[in-house]
Amino acid sequence: MNIVVCVKQVPDTATERKLRSDDKTLDRDAADGVVNELDEYAVEEALRLKEAHGGEVTVLSMGPAKATETIRKALAMGADKAVHLHDDALHGSDALGTSYAVSQALKKIGFDLVILGSESTDARTGMLAAMLAERLGAPQLTLAGKVEVEGTAIRVERITDYGYDKVEASLPAVVSVVEKINEPRYPSFKGIMAAKKKPVETLGVVDAEIAADQVGLANAWSEVVDFAAAPPRAAGTVIKDEGDGGAKAAEFLASKKFV
Amino acid sequence: MSEILVLVEHVDGDVKKVTLELLTLARSLGTPAAVWAGPGYSDAAKARLAEYGAEKIYVAAADEIGDYVVAPKAEVLAHLVAERSPAAVFVAATGEGKEIAGRLAVKTDSGVISDAVGVGEGFVAEQSIFGGGVNVHSRVTKGTPIITVRPNSTAPVAAAAAGAEEKVEVALSDAARAAKIVERVVQEKGARPELTEAAIVVSGGRGVGSGENFSIIEKLADTLGAAVGASRAATDAGWYPHQFQVGQTGKTVSPQLYIAAGISGAIQHRAGMQTSKTIVVINKDAEAPLFEIADFGVVGDLFQVVPQLTEEIEKRK
Repeated sequence: MNIVVCVKQVPDTATERKLRSDDKTLDRDAADGVVNELDEYAVEEALRLKEAHGGEVTVLSMGPAKATETIRKALAMGADKAVHLHDDALHGSDALGTSYAVSQALKKIGFDLVILGSESTDARTGMLAAMLAERLGAPQLTLAGKVEVEGTAIRVERITDYGYDKVEASLPAVVSVVEKINEPRYPSFKGIMAAKKKPVETLGVVDAEIAADQVGLANAWSEVVDFAAAPPRAAGTVIKDEGDGGAKAAEFLASKKFV
Repeated sequence: MSEILVLVEHVDGDVKKVTLELLTLARSLGTPAAVWAGPGYSDAAKARLAEYGAEKIYVAAADEIGDYVVAPKAEVLAHLVAERSPAAVFVAATGEGKEIAGRLAVKTDSGVISDAVGVGEGFVAEQSIFGGGVNVHSRVTKGTPIITVRPNSTAPVAAAAAGAEEKVEVALSDAARAAKIVERVVQEKGARPELTEAAIVVSGGRGVGSGENFSIIEKLADTLGAAVGASRAATDAGWYPHQFQVGQTGKTVSPQLYIAAGISGAIQHRAGMQTSKTIVVINKDAEAPLFEIADFGVVGDLFQVVPQLTEEIEKRK
């Protein structure tokens, strides 16, 4: 089975994240770049499916030059090879442009199964997997809490507000997985060393047959008008419990008409 | 005024609160037209949508729309966008809502904005990003603006409208029938409201100490008619189910009142609750960062403070 797992490098969520003042895109230099942690579940799921059914796991990442760090991490976890979709023309692409570029790269690579995390922790649109399914004409098996493959049949449990849906489709398919579907492995020392020798192919827009007028900031379908740091919340009242903290909190709630 | 399509979120035939919020928001910018996709439509649903301002209700009630993942609903909306040229399309920023909006954007070659906390003139959307640290205004520049709106962003206000029904027949494509839902499994969750929709959320964190101890969080929640949430530390420890996690990688909530007990308030937790209207924090550590954004805080042992709070609320009822 030919599995492609999409990973994204994002700014560390534990640090202060910023937009650039010049073109209002993500400031990738302001914070350390790390693997989008929700993508680690996708990599783990891809590796488990490969271990159960055979085949190959290819990492696909769209991003600037330094995204190679993220690609190496996924390779160190055990993926076989990688494709780095990297071109200055892609900078500033919105969700539509990104989904288009990634779908073109996927057509170039070929796949039985594409696996993604449920969302990225920076943009948080939660749309990419659905957009890829739409663009590729492949079944959308997203927000999966469980994935099973048998021959060309695939079954997932799609997490919903009320519980889950059991969903069935045929490969090729697009899957996204939720946090905690599995416990992502840590790269071993051996894995880290091996990753250095694994092939990483770089694709530009021409290589992936991406129409240049469909990607990049200037061709985006949406724009940031302005942005500002959120104003700090007005300072509240903090009291020390002296045996009546709960009662005081109840008084506060009553003053706000919550009780 | 031109039409704004509002996709109805419904469960078991009941219109969800977020839809009433979206109708209220749409009313300030145009003429709201509700779009019902899937089985379960009823006179009660119609009355509810009209009560909250739907001038028109497009009804695509074919059973098969509910039989496949996401794609059929996007096809219903795409059909209406082509036929009616609405000024905008509003969809709830739920997991499924965002996916529907994403597919619709591709189908109609339109821009899409995710998780708006407000929408103003010219469909300029306000978003709260990077865990609530940055406020952004953005707008769609190509096609029909498609905007997903975070639940609890607008207070729903009734304003009766015609609710004129119009049946919509859409022939689903083969691609829309590719992922078949063979069974819906409903898990028991009792009488508590849904986490992202709830007006009040009571969350517990590391300080709660165990799964059994979450009962005191639940008691307070039930006294207030609230949903229960948990920090990642608590869900990672297995004290509370993962789907109740509030934070960067979990649910984003924006309730009227958020009560956090035993949660220190790492940036990843604040990312999921920072837009709550009123925040109450109970923690024994006076240095806990969550106190910085609290409207009211109690430095104290949650095992003393929370039960007392629950009891006091009971007394006042």
